[in-house]
Amino acid sequence: MTQPRTTRRVIAAALSVGALLATAACSSGTAASPAASGSASAATGANWDETGPITYAQGKDTSGNLKAQIDQWNKENPNEQVTFRELSDNADEQRSEMIKRAQAKSGEFTVMSVDVVWTSEFAANGWLTELPADKFNTTGFLKAAVDSATYFNKLYAMPSSSDGALLYYRKDLLDKAGVQAPTTWDEMQQACDKVLPGQSGMSCYGGQFQKYEGLTCNFAEAVNSAGGAILGEDGKPTVNSAEAVAGLTWMQNGFKSGMIPKEAITWKEEESRQAFQTGKILFLRNWPYVYNLASAKDSKVAGKFDVAPIPGKTGPGVSTLGGHSYGISAFAKNKGTAMKWINWMLRPENQKDQLLKASSAPVLESLYSDPELVAKFGYLPTLLKSIQNAKPRPKAVAYGDVTLAIQDAAYAPLNDVRKSPQTALDDLQAKLTTLIK
Amino acid sequence: MSTAQAHVTAAEIAELNKPKRDGKYWAGSIAGIVGMAFIIIYCILPFYWMIVSSLRLPSDGRSTDFVPNPASIENYVAVFAPQNMFGQAVLNSLIVSTTTTVLTLLFGILAAYALARLRFAAKGIVLSIIIACSMFPGITLVIPLFKLFSGNYPGFEWLNWMNTYQALVIPTLSFGLPLCVWNLTAFFRQLPVELEQAAMVDGCTPGQAFAKVILPLAAPGVFTTAIITFIAVWNDYMIALQFGTTPEMYTSVVALSKFTGQYGYDTPWGTIMAAGVLITVPLLVAVLIFQRRIVAGLTAGGVK
Amino acid sequence: MADSSATTNKKKNPLSDGQGTLAALLISPTMAVILFVVGIPILMSLRESVFRKNSGIDPATGMVAQGESFVGLQNFTDIFANPTLVTGNWGTIDRLLNSFLNTTWFTIICVLFETALGVAMALIMAKAFRGKGLVRAAILVPWAIPTVVSAKMWGLIFDADGVMNKVIGHQILWLADGPQSQWAIIIADVWKTAPFIGLLTLAGLQTIPAEVYEAAKVDGASAWQQFTRITLPMVKPALVVAVLFRTLDTMRMFDLPAAMIGFGKYYVETVSVLAYVENNNLRYGSAAAYSIILFIYIVFVAFLFVRLLGADVVGDEEVKAIAAQRKRQKAAAKAAGTKAALAKSTVTSGSASS
Repeated sequence: MTQPRTTRRVIAAALSVGALLATAACSSGTAASPAASGSASAATGANWDETGPITYAQGKDTSGNLKAQIDQWNKENPNEQVTFRELSDNADEQRSEMIKRAQAKSGEFTVMSVDVVWTSEFAANGWLTELPADKFNTTGFLKAAVDSATYFNKLYAMPSSSDGALLYYRKDLLDKAGVQAPTTWDEMQQACDKVLPGQSGMSCYGGQFQKYEGLTCNFAEAVNSAGGAILGEDGKPTVNSAEAVAGLTWMQNGFKSGMIPKEAITWKEEESRQAFQTGKILFLRNWPYVYNLASAKDSKVAGKFDVAPIPGKTGPGVSTLGGHSYGISAFAKNKGTAMKWINWMLRPENQKDQLLKASSAPVLESLYSDPELVAKFGYLPTLLKSIQNAKPRPKAVAYGDVTLAIQDAAYAPLNDVRKSPQTALDDLQAKLTTLIK
Repeated sequence: MSTAQAHVTAAEIAELNKPKRDGKYWAGSIAGIVGMAFIIIYCILPFYWMIVSSLRLPSDGRSTDFVPNPASIENYVAVFAPQNMFGQAVLNSLIVSTTTTVLTLLFGILAAYALARLRFAAKGIVLSIIIACSMFPGITLVIPLFKLFSGNYPGFEWLNWMNTYQALVIPTLSFGLPLCVWNLTAFFRQLPVELEQAAMVDGCTPGQAFAKVILPLAAPGVFTTAIITFIAVWNDYMIALQFGTTPEMYTSVVALSKFTGQYGYDTPWGTIMAAGVLITVPLLVAVLIFQRRIVAGLTAGGVK
Repeated sequence: MADSSATTNKKKNPLSDGQGTLAALLISPTMAVILFVVGIPILMSLRESVFRKNSGIDPATGMVAQGESFVGLQNFTDIFANPTLVTGNWGTIDRLLNSFLNTTWFTIICVLFETALGVAMALIMAKAFRGKGLVRAAILVPWAIPTVVSAKMWGLIFDADGVMNKVIGHQILWLADGPQSQWAIIIADVWKTAPFIGLLTLAGLQTIPAEVYEAAKVDGASAWQQFTRITLPMVKPALVVAVLFRTLDTMRMFDLPAAMIGFGKYYVETVSVLAYVENNNLRYGSAAAYSIILFIYIVFVAFLFVRLLGADVVGDEEVKAIAAQRKRQKAAAKAAGTKAALAKSTVTSGSASS
């Protein structure tokens, strides 16, 4: 007799538990506003007349200037609001956030800040809208930046910022020793030989040699600066050429001889910057962002350093091109607004503002000789030279695999100086040949 | 106060009079004290480093001074800078952890009672399935669930749950529930079955016997399980990272992992450590208050 | 099987009346949740593991072919047929094999150290008569810190100019890829989990009656003999379960290598990390295949534990009784040369609790 009653009670209990779950789910569902996800088809012919609210996704806006600019736009265009979605500062995480949405064919991010090395992958998978020349004008833009946003001769993104490497050096110490800023590796070594004996605890040179994207940049620079190339003119790998091996050998010798401190194998941008600012190294390869920080009041090297183009084997070196562009998601709605907003963001005054407030290098070539800007940022002419001379990293759809293969090859001989650069690059040549078809 | 002291002294004298304290005894007790000191230092020292690092100036992030010089609470202020939305993240953590804990208890108590007390076919299979759940690599679950919750899987388009609380709570049940069932089953088993039998002899139905006799007795166990589940969910990273992708839906651990500094490339060590301290300290306080219960609970469950 | 036993025992045990239905009702919410959050993903993973995303590039437009194709077991067989060679601690071998060996190595070393240190801690705590509460509180600190926070914390400690190198007075580049980064992970992992094993062992120690030791002392047993002959056997059941769960947990290690050392570091890449990386590079098929391989490995190790060390994972008297009974009956049936005995299978009744 007791049995059925118990059963009934248990059913009731189970049901109420279920109901509880359901209500919990419902109530929380309304609390969180699911972002607008457009289900627009990835049509080839984009509708450039559709306007309305859009979302822009990029990494952290550390200066807050981007937010200010978007606020201004939103004030002027109440019917075409832009929502800023701030992603992690980590490039890998930004990429995976964008890919996740693309895989789900979600147009949640209307406009994405695409790193130059992602262009091929995003374009080839059909995640980006092709940008027609009559709507997006790249006249006056840095050629290298436009190239990096192009895939198979079609423009898939609008360059928004550029980046090139600079050689930071301790001007005070070099002047004291009576040496000029070096333009070749040998000159740099000679400068160190003159300066370092008087400086205890100081090493000659530092860069980014931890195993991550920064190593790919540093390695590519060494190879290109020695006259080699990762990919030849025809797009085929040439990474085990004598010149390329000479580039990697120079890096390895740096670790062997102590020109580069051993701990530099763990350095990323910040560790190397701090090493330069605390007087651990005489020369530093880094991006323009260091300039403002090293000039700041609390910096020990403020007023004591200067910048030069990075050195090479026989003459000035070849920087690796960095930077970002605005890409429009193939799945997003309101592409018309996206187009208008991107072109508004790329107006000279906005780019100037970005440089002044966020030290982000512009893509308009004329700004590099703007007297007001040059007066404030002494590095601009040098940076322009660096970017004009810069080479992009390999364009590859499977860029993640390509860069890891490069890092494997570059890291091994630096981490363990007994390993032969030739062998490492022969392996890399074989890997790249299968990865880049 | 004075009487208490006198009492202690008397007891100590009585103990001193015992003839046991030879050299071996002293060696043993000194070794014991050294050992205890070692354990405490071992456990606390790295955490001390976290606290010290959080109390430096933000620009001294990688300093190795053993005391912050100068000390500063700027990092703690920075944690709550509006763009971090850390307050919201802590709130999310609370919501997700509490909901998950309540749900696992509701489901888990029922299942654990059945597993501990009832006799039924396939009990071995049910137990094995629950154990197998706790063996699953999280990554295996997260990837398919992401596809489901993106509303992109044929037949499951209605499951468009990204950035909702249910997307954070329900996957978390995958490890919360086995943990809870596991612990509670062990608790229920420890309770003497005679109590229920006596209750039923007195005319209770099994359901009443459970509600009136077993549940009150198991309350400490349920409470312990709740704390352990809560902490496990609070500390989860992988699921929270996958299904909460907007700052409004980050949990505190995810928010911490996304902190950025004042400029590009900067890793704000001080702020991260400060947030780490802030996330951990409430747990530590709870753990210290309930330490006896937790130890008992962990021992009974033997899980994680 | 248990159904029949339930009916035969109906009169002996009031708790067993028609319990199947009630049990099913009580268990179904849990099983439903597990089916949804574990069952469906597993099926999806299994499906995923036999497919592969198309990767051919159209030479005219540069567009990647869309969709995925069925590849059978190729995602699994490629490990041997088409290896991706990497160089780590184990020479130049396939990347999955490398991460598999790393996982195994981390599991063995971490669990070994955790257990040794944990047992030592438990012995110290058991001896102590004062400050036990303090130690117990301290010991819960590493356990309560989220792994990601602990990974960041250790990352800072192991920095090239960090406090670890300052303390040991020698610069070890812990965060560079190499054997030293393995040890950085082992140290961080052992720190977090050894106290935990200590707690569990302590609980086991406290169940040993003092008389046993006194008797041993009277018989002239040395401290070491007491430890190996009394303490270890008595704490073994608790310890084995604790070690089992730690082992399974270490085999899934992800947060520490990923957040502390980074991706693409072959000395510390575990199978979980590799599956994540594959997924990130859009190779969902091999990501699923790798996580399935890891799961099978974990189940296999759990099975070994139960078989070789007699880990009492299920801990249910009834289930054990049924298994034992069947074993006996099988043996008896074999001995008698007849299967008739099996038909009358009954289980000795008794309460489920111990």
